[in-house]
Amino acid sequence: MSDNNKMTIIATKGTFDWAFPPFIIASTGVAMDKEVTIFFTFYGLNLLLKDTSKLRVTPLGNPGMPMKMPFGPKWLQAIDFSPKIPNILWNIPFAETLVTFLMKKTMAKHGVAKLEDLRSMCQEFDVKFIACEMTVELFGYDKSDFIDGVEFAGAATYFEEASSGDHHLYM
Amino acid sequence: MADETLDASGLNCPLPILKTKKALSKMDAGKILDVISTDAGSVKDIEAFCNQTGNKLISTVEDGGKYVFTIERV
Repeated sequence: MSDNNKMTIIATKGTFDWAFPPFIIASTGVAMDKEVTIFFTFYGLNLLLKDTSKLRVTPLGNPGMPMKMPFGPKWLQAIDFSPKIPNILWNIPFAETLVTFLMKKTMAKHGVAKLEDLRSMCQEFDVKFIACEMTVELFGYDKSDFIDGVEFAGAATYFEEASSGDHHLYM
Repeated sequence: MADETLDASGLNCPLPILKTKKALSKMDAGKILDVISTDAGSVKDIEAFCNQTGNKLISTVEDGGKYVFTIERV
């Protein structure tokens, strides 16, 4: 495999919704014969936690998020609640829990892979996971909080990984 | 006739591609894999996958929202 096949992703977001793109692109990249490294930093570290059940998605301050019901009668499922509900209402307790639950239901209905499954598929495909050591310490994580197979290193290591190849994405 | 068949019905991007990759990697060169998918996006994606990986897309057949891709492992 030539060096040109290298691809790197910097994963910086730690919400449930944004947990998907790095794993989707990374696993597909390997399927397309790329050699992929993901560098997880800041909130992106959440994606490497053993327990991802606390990851949430919120419509609060996220007006671009369409909100349709994954179940119920057809007319109900057709309604996009996003522009209809004042954004400030998403401040209410447990709104994130509810919305995350609904997003998981919607994903299951559409045959989207589960987060853990995508992540383990990446590992099975030998995607290299690097956790930013500085932010691990900054946020008070213990290395045992993270799944097995994660390397801990800094920005210089990322640059070494990204020194070849054409695809370097920031997510 | 296909040597192997992969049923990826009901699965969405990128699962049909990932499962195709896995299935092909277990097969010998020259063997034929049929992939069944209900994901309309996989029409373009399977083609791109084959172009990129060098595997040969022999045919794509659509039948009422169901797609059958016949791929030769290279």
